[in-house]
Amino acid sequence: MNKNRIYFVLLFIPLVLFFTPAHAQDQIKTGTNIGAPLVMAVPDFKQANTEPANQPLISVFNDTLWYDLNNAGLFTLVAKSFYPSQVPGFPKEITLNTWSNPPISAAMLVFGNLGVAGGKVNVQGWLYDTKNTQYPQILGKQYQENATVENARHIAHEFANEIILKLGGIPGPTETKIYFISNRTGHKEVWSMDWDGANQQQVTHLGGIALSPRISPDNSRIAFSELASNSWQIRMYSLDLNRMVSFPRYGGGNYSPAWSSDGTKIAFSSSMGTGSSEIFIADATGAGPRRLTTGKTDVSPVFNPRTNAQIAFVSGRTGLPQIYMMDADGSNVQRMTDQGYAVSPAWSPNGLLLAFSWVRHYGPGIPGGADLYLMDIASRQIVQLTHDGGRNDFPSWSPDGRHIVFESTRSGTPQIWSVLADGTHLQQLTRVGRNTQPNWSYR
Amino acid sequence: MKNKHWALILAMLTILIVVSGCKKKQPPPPPPPPPKAPTATLSAEPTSIQPGQSATLTWSTENADDVALDGNKVNTSGSETVSPKETTTYHLTAKGPAGSTDATAQVTVSQPPPPPTPTPTPAPQLTDEQMFAQAAQDVYFDFDSANLRPDAVQTVANIAQAMKSHPNWKVQIEGNCDDRGSTEYNLALGERRAGSARQQLIQDGVSQDALKTISYGKEKPVCTDQNEACWQKNRRDHFTLLK
Repeated sequence: MNKNRIYFVLLFIPLVLFFTPAHAQDQIKTGTNIGAPLVMAVPDFKQANTEPANQPLISVFNDTLWYDLNNAGLFTLVAKSFYPSQVPGFPKEITLNTWSNPPISAAMLVFGNLGVAGGKVNVQGWLYDTKNTQYPQILGKQYQENATVENARHIAHEFANEIILKLGGIPGPTETKIYFISNRTGHKEVWSMDWDGANQQQVTHLGGIALSPRISPDNSRIAFSELASNSWQIRMYSLDLNRMVSFPRYGGGNYSPAWSSDGTKIAFSSSMGTGSSEIFIADATGAGPRRLTTGKTDVSPVFNPRTNAQIAFVSGRTGLPQIYMMDADGSNVQRMTDQGYAVSPAWSPNGLLLAFSWVRHYGPGIPGGADLYLMDIASRQIVQLTHDGGRNDFPSWSPDGRHIVFESTRSGTPQIWSVLADGTHLQQLTRVGRNTQPNWSYR
Repeated sequence: MKNKHWALILAMLTILIVVSGCKKKQPPPPPPPPPKAPTATLSAEPTSIQPGQSATLTWSTENADDVALDGNKVNTSGSETVSPKETTTYHLTAKGPAGSTDATAQVTVSQPPPPPTPTPTPAPQLTDEQMFAQAAQDVYFDFDSANLRPDAVQTVANIAQAMKSHPNWKVQIEGNCDDRGSTEYNLALGERRAGSARQQLIQDGVSQDALKTISYGKEKPVCTDQNEACWQKNRRDHFTLLK
């Protein structure tokens, strides 16, 4: 397993760094090697005044900021036990070499203060390069919002995202949403949550069986499949209007919608006309559905988000389900996996990798231990992402391509977990009810 | 000499006495034998009658001089015709010098069978649902397969038969999967399983207009244990009569 992880790091980290857009190069030259995480110190923010109302807000703020930076995939956070007992809250309280020298040896220092006054919460935060003694400040930010715990959490996500953008070159996932299916009300409904599992909220109230939620690239609509009136149909929920909006009813069973990354097309699986499941493509309005495949058990399409010119999907046309790829007009079908039970392809934002769920050696009597794998599409090299038991399915990439959210039974019931794309920083995000089929927003 | 004569007489007398004393004695007259215990039997022929019919009681006794049937003195053996209105047990009491005994016999009076009804009650009418349920058993599939097994083909033939004699029936075929597979792929697999039964029904002469298919994937399991017996129960087509 360790060996796998090492191979993984060797293969995968350079891919991410070389193929992220040019503007995603590190903008800060710190003297560390490319790809090695920055060592960062994040002392708790200091209370700016003696207001008792500070306490619940600053506690949530500090926890959220730590979680975001620790799981960003860019930094190694030095444990708080190494920090001085008097932590700095303002620039004038900083002694840089305390943070740059052993035992802390941090390249980056994040610090600041929080205070409630007049019903508002005020936050000041800084990012310092500890080795730049002359101009250490990389970032200085100030926030003011109504003094609620939710706002304290939100400010922490926003500030963390500024740091990630500054040091990692592209926005992080800290202000994104994850949509998923939960049965905690007794029905399978669409729910949403923040990337760290906080702020879980019910989106639909249909009382039926909703499956396969897919957020539109502009965050305005959620497409999903629902069993209602004895028929599976693609349904559409507007997050702008907070209600269902119309989408055409088709014949047969209609499953697993997928958006093109420009938001103009929807691909889905349908048995309309043929009586067996095939991949269809239609306008985002549902107009003009057109069949692309003739495989009989074709499902789970996903666009190449970089080009929208290719679609990966699952087909059982030769027996056990395998991952296939085709051009978006249905031509040039290629089989990508050659054995086992391979489902749920998820195309990485940079278009280079497929994450999927795979039981390499599947058959009757073999316990269904599906794990997540990553395939480099060009070379078809495959690395294993999860190893820790249970059935792992429905990977979905964060917009920065550094994280994967997925469904796993490793805790006994299906729950939503997230993991860095190098297999580290595994986090359980849901615990109530059975939670499945996560889908990460595009931004 | 005279002495010898006496001696002889004495000897002869002695012999005489001895001999007569040894003669077998006459046995005493035997005592009169003790009186024997009485016996009694009583039987009825026939033992079961209907009201208005009669039965014959027959009895015999031994060693009895006072015999009574239900308290009425009768001969020590004989017979009598009875015609009870209801089931009756007859008692025969036989008394003799050595005691008494009794015997019983029962004549059962059965109610007459109900007169044959003029029109026999018709067999209860089966509803369409009941008739459908008799024919439309679930059919089961192998792992990851949508092919009908031979037993499933037979079941589907039975369903086709029933559907052809009820042209108004509309049937929904519901494909289901076990819960090991992936949610979305299972919907497609269930679709195929429903399609297999649909194809066979059409081959067996059912109109395709009478058929609707739906896949429930793994959303509607009948069993949630994690073992093959349970998984097999879930890999099925279920048939529902649509109203």
